[in-house]
Amino acid sequence: MLRRRRFLQTTLAAAALAAARADAQQVERSPLIDTNVWLGRWPIRRLRLDDPGSLAGKLGQNGVTRAWASSLDGLLHKDIKAVNERLAHDCRQLPVFEPIGAINPMLPRWEADIAACAALKMRGIRLIPAYHGYKLDDPRFVEALRLATAQKLAVQLALVLEDARTQNPLMFAAPPDITPLPKALEAAPGARVMLLNWLRSMAGKPVLLALAGTNVVFDIAMLEGIAGIDATLEDMPLDRLCFGSYAPVFYHEAAKLKLQESDLSAAQLTAITHANAQRFLSA
Amino acid sequence: MRIWDLHTHFPTTGGATAEQRADKLIRIADRMGIERLCLYMGFPWSQDPAPEKFRAENDQVLSVLPKHADRLLGFVYLNPKHEDASLAELERCVANGPMVGVKLWVAQHCNTLEVERIVKRAHELKAVVFQHTWFKAGENYAGESTPSELAELAQRLDGKPIICGHTGGDWERGIRAIAAQKNVFADLAGSDPVAGYTEMAVRELGAERIIYGSDASGRSFSSQLAKVHGADIPDAAKRLIFAENLIRLLAPILREKGIKF
Ligand SMILES: [Zn+2]
Repeated sequence: MLRRRRFLQTTLAAAALAAARADAQQVERSPLIDTNVWLGRWPIRRLRLDDPGSLAGKLGQNGVTRAWASSLDGLLHKDIKAVNERLAHDCRQLPVFEPIGAINPMLPRWEADIAACAALKMRGIRLIPAYHGYKLDDPRFVEALRLATAQKLAVQLALVLEDARTQNPLMFAAPPDITPLPKALEAAPGARVMLLNWLRSMAGKPVLLALAGTNVVFDIAMLEGIAGIDATLEDMPLDRLCFGSYAPVFYHEAAKLKLQESDLSAAQLTAITHANAQRFLSA
Repeated sequence: MRIWDLHTHFPTTGGATAEQRADKLIRIADRMGIERLCLYMGFPWSQDPAPEKFRAENDQVLSVLPKHADRLLGFVYLNPKHEDASLAELERCVANGPMVGVKLWVAQHCNTLEVERIVKRAHELKAVVFQHTWFKAGENYAGESTPSELAELAQRLDGKPIICGHTGGDWERGIRAIAAQKNVFADLAGSDPVAGYTEMAVRELGAERIIYGSDASGRSFSSQLAKVHGADIPDAAKRLIFAENLIRLLAPILREKGIKF
Protein backbone atom coordinates (compact mmCIF):
# COMPACT_ATOMS: atom_id res chain seq x y z
CA MET A 1 0.00 0.00 0.00
CA LEU A 2 2.74 2.34 1.07
CA ARG A 3 4.78 1.40 -1.96
CA ARG A 4 1.83 1.91 -4.26
CA ARG A 5 1.15 5.34 -2.78
CA ARG A 6 4.77 6.31 -3.20
CA PHE A 7 4.67 5.04 -6.76
CA LEU A 8 1.56 7.08 -7.48
CA GLN A 9 3.10 10.17 -5.95
CA THR A 10 6.25 9.69 -7.97
CA THR A 11 4.32 9.15 -11.17
CA LEU A 12 2.06 12.13 -10.54
CA ALA A 13 5.02 14.30 -9.69
CA ALA A 14 6.81 13.22 -12.85
CA ALA A 15 3.71 13.89 -14.93
CA ALA A 16 3.30 17.31 -13.33
CA LEU A 17 6.94 18.08 -14.00
CA ALA A 18 6.64 17.01 -17.62
CA ALA A 19 3.51 19.14 -18.03
CA ALA A 20 5.27 22.10 -16.47
CA ARG A 21 8.20 21.63 -18.84
CA ALA A 22 5.85 21.44 -21.80
CA ASP A 23 4.17 24.63 -20.58
CA ALA A 24 7.50 26.36 -20.20
CA GLN A 25 8.56 25.30 -23.69
CA GLN A 26 5.23 26.50 -25.04
CA VAL A 27 5.84 29.89 -23.45
CA GLU A 28 9.41 29.89 -24.80
CA ARG A 29 8.26 29.12 -28.31
CA SER A 30 5.36 31.54 -28.37
CA PRO A 31 6.38 34.74 -30.16
CA LEU A 32 6.48 38.02 -28.26
CA ILE A 33 6.79 41.14 -30.40
CA ASP A 34 7.78 44.28 -28.53
CA THR A 35 6.53 47.16 -30.68
CA ASN A 36 8.05 49.93 -28.56
CA VAL A 37 11.80 49.69 -28.07
CA TRP A 38 14.48 52.35 -28.44
CA LEU A 39 18.19 52.39 -29.18
CA GLY A 40 20.45 55.45 -28.94
CA ARG A 41 20.71 57.77 -25.98
CA TRP A 42 17.96 59.15 -23.75
CA PRO A 43 19.05 62.77 -23.29
CA ILE A 44 18.40 63.21 -19.55
CA ARG A 45 19.78 60.02 -18.03
CA ARG A 46 22.12 57.14 -18.77
CA LEU A 47 20.13 53.93 -18.90
CA ARG A 48 21.53 50.58 -17.86
CA LEU A 49 20.36 49.04 -21.14
CA ASP A 50 21.25 51.88 -23.50
CA ASP A 51 23.68 49.84 -25.51
CA PRO A 52 22.06 47.54 -28.07
CA GLY A 53 23.78 44.36 -26.90
CA SER A 54 22.65 44.68 -23.28
CA LEU A 55 19.14 45.56 -24.35
CA ALA A 56 18.98 42.58 -26.71
CA GLY A 57 20.13 40.35 -23.84
CA LYS A 58 17.41 41.61 -21.51
CA LEU A 59 14.72 41.32 -24.16
CA GLY A 60 15.83 37.75 -24.85
CA GLN A 61 15.63 36.88 -21.15
CA ASN A 62 12.11 38.26 -21.03
CA GLY A 63 10.96 36.20 -24.01
CA VAL A 64 10.91 38.90 -26.69
CA THR A 65 11.38 37.37 -30.13
CA ARG A 66 11.24 40.60 -32.13
CA ALA A 67 11.65 44.23 -31.05
CA TRP A 68 10.68 47.23 -33.17
CA ALA A 69 13.37 49.77 -32.46
CA SER A 70 13.81 53.41 -33.31
CA SER A 71 16.56 55.72 -32.07
CA LEU A 72 16.21 58.15 -29.18
CA ASP A 73 18.79 60.22 -31.04
CA GLY A 74 15.87 61.10 -33.32
CA LEU A 75 14.39 63.29 -30.58
CA LEU A 76 16.91 66.10 -30.86
CA HIS A 77 19.38 65.31 -33.61
CA LYS A 78 18.91 67.12 -36.92
CA ASP A 79 21.02 64.77 -39.02
CA ILE A 80 18.22 62.22 -39.14
CA LYS A 81 19.71 60.30 -42.03
CA ALA A 82 22.81 59.51 -39.96
CA VAL A 83 20.59 58.56 -37.00
CA ASN A 84 18.70 56.06 -39.13
CA GLU A 85 21.83 54.67 -40.76
CA ARG A 86 23.28 53.93 -37.32
CA LEU A 87 19.99 52.35 -36.34
CA ALA A 88 19.99 50.14 -39.44
CA HIS A 89 23.59 49.14 -38.68
CA ASP A 90 22.82 48.20 -35.07
CA CYS A 91 19.77 46.20 -36.15
CA ARG A 92 21.86 44.24 -38.68
CA GLN A 93 24.26 43.29 -35.88
CA LEU A 94 21.45 42.14 -33.58
CA PRO A 95 18.66 40.57 -35.58
CA VAL A 96 16.12 40.68 -32.72
CA PHE A 97 15.70 44.35 -33.68
CA GLU A 98 13.43 45.51 -36.48
CA PRO A 99 14.54 49.04 -37.47
CA ILE A 100 11.89 51.76 -37.44
CA GLY A 101 13.26 55.02 -38.80
CA ALA A 102 12.88 58.31 -36.97
CA ILE A 103 11.31 61.12 -39.01
CA ASN A 104 11.04 64.82 -38.14
CA PRO A 105 8.70 66.52 -40.63
CA MET A 106 9.68 69.96 -39.34
CA LEU A 107 13.14 69.69 -40.88
CA PRO A 108 13.88 70.83 -44.43
CA ARG A 109 13.85 67.94 -46.90
CA TRP A 110 12.36 65.51 -44.40
CA GLU A 111 10.70 63.74 -47.31
CA ALA A 112 14.13 62.43 -48.35
CA ASP A 113 14.51 60.80 -44.92
CA ILE A 114 11.35 58.78 -45.57
CA ALA A 115 12.72 57.66 -48.92
CA ALA A 116 16.00 56.77 -47.19
CA CYS A 117 14.14 54.58 -44.67
CA ALA A 118 12.51 52.73 -47.56
CA ALA A 119 15.88 52.36 -49.27
CA LEU A 120 17.29 50.88 -46.03
CA LYS A 121 14.48 48.26 -46.28
CA MET A 122 12.80 49.52 -43.13
CA ARG A 123 9.15 48.61 -42.69
CA GLY A 124 8.08 51.53 -40.56
CA ILE A 125 8.80 55.04 -39.32
CA ARG A 126 8.34 56.59 -35.90
CA LEU A 127 7.08 60.15 -35.38
CA ILE A 128 7.58 62.08 -32.15
CA PRO A 129 5.31 65.14 -32.46
CA ALA A 130 5.80 66.37 -28.88
CA TYR A 131 9.56 66.74 -29.36
CA HIS A 132 9.44 67.98 -32.94
CA GLY A 133 6.84 70.61 -32.20
CA TYR A 134 3.84 70.02 -34.43
CA LYS A 135 0.20 69.25 -33.90
CA LEU A 136 -1.69 66.42 -35.54
CA ASP A 137 -3.72 68.87 -37.64
CA ASP A 138 -0.49 70.12 -39.24
CA PRO A 139 -0.54 69.49 -43.01
CA ARG A 140 3.01 68.11 -42.79
CA PHE A 141 1.75 65.37 -40.47
CA VAL A 142 -0.87 64.31 -43.01
CA GLU A 143 1.79 64.50 -45.72
CA ALA A 144 4.10 62.25 -43.66
CA LEU A 145 1.29 59.69 -43.36
CA ARG A 146 0.71 59.83 -47.13
CA LEU A 147 4.38 59.57 -48.08
CA ALA A 148 5.01 56.72 -45.66
CA THR A 149 1.99 54.88 -46.99
CA ALA A 150 3.16 55.37 -50.57
CA GLN A 151 6.48 53.77 -49.54
CA LYS A 152 4.61 50.91 -47.79
CA LEU A 153 5.90 52.07 -44.42
CA ALA A 154 3.83 51.72 -41.25
CA VAL A 155 3.75 54.75 -38.95
CA GLN A 156 4.23 54.72 -35.20
CA LEU A 157 3.33 57.84 -33.24
CA ALA A 158 5.26 58.02 -29.97
CA LEU A 159 3.04 60.32 -27.93
CA VAL A 160 4.41 60.77 -24.40
CA LEU A 161 8.07 60.16 -23.65
CA GLU A 162 8.14 61.59 -20.14
CA ASP A 163 5.57 62.54 -17.51
CA ALA A 164 4.93 66.27 -17.94
CA ARG A 165 5.39 66.73 -14.19
CA THR A 166 9.04 65.64 -14.22
CA GLN A 167 10.20 67.30 -17.45
CA ASN A 168 12.90 69.94 -17.64
CA PRO A 169 10.97 73.22 -17.94
CA LEU A 170 13.57 74.52 -20.41
CA MET A 171 12.72 71.66 -22.79
CA PHE A 172 9.08 71.01 -22.09
CA ALA A 173 7.35 68.65 -24.52
CA ALA A 174 3.61 68.83 -23.93
CA PRO A 175 1.69 65.63 -24.65
CA PRO A 176 0.12 66.02 -28.11
CA ASP A 177 -3.61 66.32 -28.57
CA ILE A 178 -4.81 63.30 -30.55
CA THR A 179 -8.25 64.77 -31.25
CA PRO A 180 -7.31 65.65 -34.89
CA LEU A 181 -6.05 62.11 -35.60
CA PRO A 182 -9.29 60.59 -37.01
CA LYS A 183 -9.51 63.46 -39.50
CA ALA A 184 -5.85 63.14 -40.48
CA LEU A 185 -6.42 59.44 -41.13
CA GLU A 186 -9.30 60.26 -43.47
CA ALA A 187 -6.91 62.43 -45.47
CA ALA A 188 -4.35 59.61 -45.74
CA PRO A 189 -6.22 56.55 -46.99
CA GLY A 190 -4.48 53.23 -46.37
CA ALA A 191 -2.16 54.61 -43.70
CA ARG A 192 -1.23 52.10 -41.00
CA VAL A 193 -0.86 53.93 -37.69
CA MET A 194 0.10 52.72 -34.23
CA LEU A 195 0.02 54.84 -31.09
CA LEU A 196 2.87 54.26 -28.64
CA ASN A 197 2.87 55.58 -25.08
CA TRP A 198 -0.74 56.70 -25.17
CA LEU A 199 -2.65 57.16 -21.96
CA ARG A 200 -6.32 56.43 -21.50
CA SER A 201 -6.58 59.85 -19.89
CA MET A 202 -5.11 61.75 -22.84
CA ALA A 203 -8.22 61.86 -24.96
CA GLY A 204 -11.89 61.86 -24.14
CA LYS A 205 -13.96 58.77 -24.75
CA PRO A 206 -15.39 60.20 -28.02
CA VAL A 207 -11.89 60.40 -29.53
CA LEU A 208 -11.02 56.88 -28.43
CA LEU A 209 -14.32 55.63 -29.84
CA ALA A 210 -13.64 57.45 -33.12
CA LEU A 211 -10.21 55.79 -33.24
CA ALA A 212 -11.76 52.42 -32.44
CA GLY A 213 -13.68 52.90 -35.68
CA THR A 214 -10.43 53.22 -37.67
CA ASN A 215 -7.61 50.68 -38.06
CA VAL A 216 -5.30 52.40 -35.56
CA VAL A 217 -3.52 50.06 -33.16
CA PHE A 218 -2.23 50.84 -29.66
CA ASP A 219 0.61 49.62 -27.48
CA ILE A 220 0.38 48.94 -23.73
CA ALA A 221 3.57 50.58 -22.40
CA MET A 222 1.79 53.44 -20.63
CA LEU A 223 -1.50 51.68 -20.04
CA GLU A 224 -2.25 52.21 -16.36
CA GLY A 225 -4.90 51.24 -13.80
CA ILE A 226 -5.38 47.80 -12.26
CA ALA A 227 -5.95 45.09 -14.86
CA GLY A 228 -5.57 47.81 -17.50
CA ILE A 229 -5.71 45.50 -20.51
CA ASP A 230 -9.02 44.01 -19.34
CA ALA A 231 -10.40 47.51 -18.81
CA THR A 232 -9.21 48.70 -22.24
CA LEU A 233 -10.74 45.71 -24.00
CA GLU A 234 -14.13 46.79 -22.69
CA ASP A 235 -14.00 49.73 -25.14
CA MET A 236 -11.54 48.58 -27.77
CA PRO A 237 -11.65 45.67 -30.22
CA LEU A 238 -9.08 42.96 -29.41
CA ASP A 239 -7.30 43.34 -32.75
CA ARG A 240 -6.04 46.84 -31.76
CA LEU A 241 -3.86 46.14 -28.75
CA CYS A 242 -0.15 45.25 -29.08
CA PHE A 243 2.57 44.46 -26.60
CA GLY A 244 5.03 47.36 -26.20
CA SER A 245 7.39 48.13 -23.34
CA TYR A 246 9.14 51.49 -23.92
CA ALA A 247 12.40 49.77 -22.94
CA PRO A 248 15.04 50.72 -22.08
CA VAL A 249 13.52 53.96 -20.71
CA PHE A 250 11.01 51.87 -18.74
CA TYR A 251 11.76 48.65 -16.89
CA HIS A 252 10.84 45.99 -19.44
CA GLU A 253 9.09 43.91 -16.76
CA ALA A 254 6.24 46.44 -16.49
CA ALA A 255 4.71 45.49 -19.85
CA LYS A 256 5.41 41.81 -19.31
CA LEU A 257 3.60 41.80 -15.96
CA LYS A 258 0.55 43.54 -17.48
CA LEU A 259 -0.12 40.35 -19.43
CA GLN A 260 -0.42 38.57 -16.09
CA GLU A 261 -2.40 41.28 -14.28
CA SER A 262 -5.34 41.04 -16.68
CA ASP A 263 -7.29 37.81 -16.95
CA LEU A 264 -6.53 37.09 -20.61
CA SER A 265 -7.63 34.08 -22.62
CA ALA A 266 -5.20 32.24 -24.89
CA ALA A 267 -6.76 33.96 -27.90
CA GLN A 268 -6.37 37.38 -26.28
CA LEU A 269 -2.74 36.66 -25.42
CA THR A 270 -2.02 35.55 -28.97
CA ALA A 271 -3.53 38.72 -30.37
CA ILE A 272 -1.71 41.06 -28.00
CA THR A 273 1.68 39.37 -27.85
CA HIS A 274 2.22 39.00 -31.59
CA ALA A 275 -0.70 38.38 -33.97
CA ASN A 276 -1.89 42.00 -34.07
CA ALA A 277 1.63 43.35 -34.50
CA GLN A 278 2.46 40.87 -37.25
CA ARG A 279 -0.69 41.77 -39.14
CA PHE A 280 -0.03 45.49 -38.70
CA LEU A 281 3.54 45.45 -39.99
CA SER A 282 3.07 43.03 -42.85
CA ALA A 283 -0.17 44.53 -44.19
CA MET B 1 9.23 36.58 -2.49
CA ARG B 2 6.73 38.09 -0.04
CA ILE B 3 5.11 41.27 -1.30
CA TRP B 4 3.27 43.80 0.85
CA ASP B 5 1.83 46.83 -0.93
CA LEU B 6 2.19 50.08 1.03
CA HIS B 7 -0.12 52.17 -1.12
CA THR B 8 -3.53 51.23 -2.55
CA HIS B 9 -6.95 52.79 -3.04
CA PHE B 10 -10.39 51.50 -3.94
CA PRO B 11 -10.89 50.89 -7.69
CA THR B 12 -13.32 53.23 -9.42
CA THR B 13 -14.97 50.21 -11.01
CA GLY B 14 -15.94 46.71 -9.94
CA GLY B 15 -19.21 47.64 -8.31
CA ALA B 16 -20.96 50.45 -6.49
CA THR B 17 -20.10 49.35 -2.97
CA ALA B 18 -16.88 49.49 -0.98
CA GLU B 19 -17.12 45.74 -0.49
CA GLN B 20 -17.35 44.97 -4.21
CA ARG B 21 -14.47 47.32 -5.01
CA ALA B 22 -12.24 45.88 -2.28
CA ASP B 23 -13.04 42.39 -3.59
CA LYS B 24 -11.88 43.47 -7.05
CA LEU B 25 -8.67 45.01 -5.70
CA ILE B 26 -7.82 41.79 -3.87
CA ARG B 27 -8.76 39.56 -6.79
CA ILE B 28 -6.24 41.36 -8.99
CA ALA B 29 -3.61 41.58 -6.24
CA ASP B 30 -3.90 37.77 -6.03
CA ARG B 31 -2.89 37.51 -9.68
CA MET B 32 0.32 39.39 -8.85
CA GLY B 33 1.29 37.49 -5.70
CA ILE B 34 0.65 40.39 -3.31
CA GLU B 35 0.06 39.19 0.23
CA ARG B 36 -1.11 42.32 2.04
CA LEU B 37 -2.31 45.73 0.94
CA CYS B 38 -2.41 48.99 2.89
CA LEU B 39 -5.65 50.69 1.87
CA TYR B 40 -6.48 54.33 2.37
CA MET B 41 -9.04 56.95 1.38
CA GLY B 42 -12.53 56.23 0.12
CA PHE B 43 -14.48 57.43 -2.88
CA PRO B 44 -15.04 59.86 -4.42
CA TRP B 45 -11.68 61.45 -3.59
CA SER B 46 -11.35 64.79 -1.90
CA GLN B 47 -8.12 66.78 -1.74
CA ASP B 48 -9.21 69.05 1.11
CA PRO B 49 -11.94 67.12 2.93
CA ALA B 50 -14.08 68.55 5.70
CA PRO B 51 -14.15 66.35 8.83
CA GLU B 52 -17.45 64.69 7.91
CA LYS B 53 -16.00 63.83 4.48
CA PHE B 54 -12.79 62.22 5.76
CA ARG B 55 -14.78 60.38 8.41
CA ALA B 56 -17.06 59.01 5.70
CA GLU B 57 -14.05 57.91 3.61
CA ASN B 58 -12.50 56.21 6.64
CA ASP B 59 -15.83 54.47 7.27
CA GLN B 60 -15.60 53.00 3.78
CA VAL B 61 -12.16 51.58 4.58
CA LEU B 62 -13.29 50.37 8.02
CA SER B 63 -16.26 48.61 6.41
CA VAL B 64 -14.07 46.29 4.32
CA LEU B 65 -11.38 45.44 6.90
CA PRO B 66 -13.23 42.64 8.78
CA LYS B 67 -13.94 40.59 5.65
CA HIS B 68 -10.30 40.82 4.52
CA ALA B 69 -8.61 40.90 7.94
CA ASP B 70 -5.75 38.76 6.65
CA ARG B 71 -5.19 40.89 3.53
CA LEU B 72 -6.01 44.56 4.11
CA LEU B 73 -4.42 47.02 6.52
CA GLY B 74 -6.26 50.32 7.00
CA PHE B 75 -4.59 53.73 7.17
CA VAL B 76 -6.69 56.64 8.44
CA TYR B 77 -7.04 59.64 6.08
CA LEU B 78 -6.75 62.98 7.89
CA ASN B 79 -6.79 66.67 7.00
CA PRO B 80 -4.43 68.70 9.22
CA LYS B 81 -6.36 71.88 8.40
CA HIS B 82 -8.94 70.42 10.79
CA GLU B 83 -6.50 69.52 13.51
CA ASP B 84 -8.85 68.70 16.39
CA ALA B 85 -11.15 66.66 14.18
CA SER B 86 -8.12 64.86 12.75
CA LEU B 87 -6.77 64.02 16.20
CA ALA B 88 -10.22 62.74 17.20
CA GLU B 89 -10.39 60.65 14.03
CA LEU B 90 -6.96 59.21 14.79
CA GLU B 91 -8.29 58.09 18.19
CA ARG B 92 -11.43 56.61 16.64
CA CYS B 93 -9.70 54.67 13.84
CA VAL B 94 -6.29 53.79 15.31
CA ALA B 95 -6.31 54.06 19.12
CA ASN B 96 -9.81 52.58 19.39
CA GLY B 97 -10.11 50.99 15.96
CA PRO B 98 -8.31 48.50 13.73
CA MET B 99 -6.28 50.92 11.60
CA VAL B 100 -2.49 50.83 11.69
CA GLY B 101 -1.33 53.91 9.80
CA VAL B 102 -2.01 57.50 8.79
CA LYS B 103 -2.37 58.92 5.27
CA LEU B 104 -1.72 62.62 4.73
CA TRP B 105 -2.34 63.94 1.25
CA VAL B 106 -2.35 67.42 -0.29
CA ALA B 107 -4.54 69.58 1.97
CA GLN B 108 -1.75 71.06 4.08
CA HIS B 109 2.03 71.41 3.76
CA CYS B 110 3.75 68.96 6.08
CA ASN B 111 6.35 71.33 7.54
CA THR B 112 3.65 72.97 9.67
CA LEU B 113 3.05 72.62 13.40
CA GLU B 114 -0.39 71.05 13.01
CA VAL B 115 1.06 68.23 10.88
CA GLU B 116 3.87 67.78 13.40
CA ARG B 117 1.38 67.43 16.27
CA ILE B 118 -0.70 64.88 14.36
CA VAL B 119 2.35 62.85 13.37
CA LYS B 120 3.66 62.85 16.95
CA ARG B 121 0.33 61.56 18.28
CA ALA B 122 0.36 58.90 15.54
CA HIS B 123 3.84 57.86 16.65
CA GLU B 124 2.63 57.51 20.26
CA LEU B 125 0.06 55.07 18.89
CA LYS B 126 2.81 53.23 16.92
CA ALA B 127 1.01 54.09 13.67
CA VAL B 128 2.98 54.23 10.42
CA VAL B 129 2.77 57.68 8.83
CA PHE B 130 2.59 58.21 5.07
CA GLN B 131 2.88 61.73 3.67
CA HIS B 132 2.25 62.30 -0.06
CA THR B 133 4.93 64.44 -1.74
CA TRP B 134 5.64 65.73 -5.25
CA PHE B 135 8.23 67.92 -6.89
CA LYS B 136 6.24 69.08 -9.91
CA ALA B 137 7.76 70.78 -12.91
CA GLY B 138 4.60 72.86 -13.09
CA GLU B 139 2.96 73.91 -9.85
CA ASN B 140 2.19 71.77 -6.88
CA TYR B 141 -1.34 71.94 -5.47
CA ALA B 142 -1.79 74.76 -2.95
CA GLY B 143 -1.26 72.50 0.08
CA GLU B 144 0.92 69.86 -1.57
CA SER B 145 4.20 68.98 0.18
CA THR B 146 7.60 68.49 -1.39
CA PRO B 147 10.20 65.95 -0.21
CA SER B 148 12.25 68.89 1.11
CA GLU B 149 9.37 69.94 3.34
CA LEU B 150 9.03 66.35 4.52
CA ALA B 151 12.74 66.20 5.37
CA GLU B 152 12.19 69.39 7.40
CA LEU B 153 9.34 67.78 9.35
CA ALA B 154 11.34 64.58 9.81
CA GLN B 155 14.09 66.50 11.62
CA ARG B 156 11.60 67.28 14.38
CA LEU B 157 10.43 63.67 14.93
CA ASP B 158 13.15 62.36 17.30
CA GLY B 159 14.32 59.87 14.70
CA LYS B 160 10.88 58.25 14.36
CA PRO B 161 10.07 57.06 10.83
CA ILE B 162 7.96 58.79 8.22
CA ILE B 163 7.31 57.75 4.63
CA CYS B 164 7.92 60.08 1.69
CA GLY B 165 5.02 59.27 -0.66
CA HIS B 166 6.04 58.83 -4.32
CA THR B 167 9.61 59.88 -3.35
CA GLY B 168 8.50 63.19 -4.80
CA GLY B 169 7.44 61.75 -8.15
CA ASP B 170 10.48 63.41 -9.71
CA TRP B 171 12.50 60.76 -7.90
CA GLU B 172 15.98 61.98 -8.84
CA ARG B 173 15.20 65.20 -6.98
CA GLY B 174 13.21 63.44 -4.26
CA ILE B 175 15.98 60.99 -3.38
CA ARG B 176 18.45 63.86 -3.05
CA ALA B 177 16.06 65.82 -0.82
CA ILE B 178 15.57 63.02 1.72
CA ALA B 179 18.94 61.24 1.55
CA ALA B 180 20.53 62.89 4.59
CA GLN B 181 17.45 62.52 6.79
CA LYS B 182 17.77 58.90 7.85
CA ASN B 183 14.29 58.49 9.38
CA VAL B 184 12.64 59.18 6.01
CA PHE B 185 11.56 56.15 3.98
CA ALA B 186 10.99 56.26 0.22
CA ASP B 187 7.69 55.01 -1.27
CA LEU B 188 8.19 53.79 -4.86
CA ALA B 189 4.52 54.11 -5.83
CA GLY B 190 2.59 56.08 -8.35
CA SER B 191 4.97 57.17 -11.06
CA ASP B 192 6.05 55.70 -14.38
CA PRO B 193 8.33 52.63 -14.17
CA VAL B 194 11.38 54.60 -15.27
CA ALA B 195 14.46 52.43 -15.31
CA GLY B 196 17.11 53.40 -12.79
CA TYR B 197 14.71 54.65 -10.10
CA THR B 198 15.22 51.80 -7.67
CA GLU B 199 18.93 51.44 -8.37
CA MET B 200 19.52 55.12 -7.51
CA ALA B 201 17.36 54.87 -4.40
CA VAL B 202 19.31 51.81 -3.19
CA ARG B 203 22.62 53.55 -3.90
CA GLU B 204 21.71 56.79 -2.11
CA LEU B 205 19.37 55.66 0.66
CA GLY B 206 20.17 51.98 1.18
CA ALA B 207 17.64 49.22 0.48
CA GLU B 208 16.42 49.28 4.09
CA ARG B 209 14.84 52.73 3.53
CA ILE B 210 12.80 51.86 0.42
CA ILE B 211 9.26 50.47 0.38
CA TYR B 212 7.32 49.05 -2.55
CA GLY B 213 3.85 50.49 -3.09
CA SER B 214 1.70 50.64 -6.18
CA ASP B 215 -0.86 53.45 -5.89
CA ALA B 216 -3.32 51.00 -7.42
CA SER B 217 -6.03 51.30 -8.56
CA GLY B 218 -5.09 54.42 -10.53
CA ARG B 219 -1.81 52.71 -11.36
CA SER B 220 -1.39 49.11 -12.40
CA PHE B 221 0.31 46.75 -10.00
CA SER B 222 2.53 45.71 -12.92
CA SER B 223 4.23 49.01 -13.65
CA GLN B 224 5.04 49.45 -9.96
CA LEU B 225 6.13 45.88 -9.24
CA ALA B 226 8.46 46.19 -12.23
CA LYS B 227 10.43 48.89 -10.41
CA VAL B 228 11.62 46.17 -8.03
CA HIS B 229 11.43 43.01 -10.15
CA GLY B 230 13.28 44.78 -12.97
CA ALA B 231 15.90 46.58 -10.91
CA ASP B 232 19.55 45.55 -11.05
CA ILE B 233 19.86 45.01 -7.29
CA PRO B 234 20.50 41.90 -5.15
CA ASP B 235 17.59 39.64 -4.18
CA ALA B 236 18.17 40.52 -0.53
CA ALA B 237 17.47 44.17 -1.40
CA LYS B 238 14.32 43.17 -3.28
CA ARG B 239 13.07 41.27 -0.23
CA LEU B 240 13.60 44.33 1.97
CA ILE B 241 11.79 46.61 -0.48
CA PHE B 242 8.92 44.26 -1.27
CA ALA B 243 7.97 43.43 2.32
CA GLU B 244 10.58 43.32 5.05
CA ASN B 245 10.96 47.08 5.57
CA LEU B 246 7.21 47.66 5.78
CA ILE B 247 6.76 44.69 8.09
CA ARG B 248 9.51 46.08 10.33
CA LEU B 249 7.73 49.46 10.55
CA LEU B 250 4.32 47.90 11.14
CA ALA B 251 5.37 45.10 13.50
CA PRO B 252 4.88 47.03 16.78
CA ILE B 253 1.32 48.10 16.00
CA LEU B 254 0.37 44.79 14.41
CA ARG B 255 1.53 42.98 17.56
CA GLU B 256 -0.30 45.43 19.80
CA LYS B 257 -3.52 44.88 17.86
CA GLY B 258 -3.04 41.14 17.65
CA ILE B 259 -2.91 41.20 13.85
CA LYS B 260 -1.00 38.10 12.71
CA PHE B 261 1.70 38.48 10.09
ZN1 LIG C 1 -2.10 57.31 -3.72
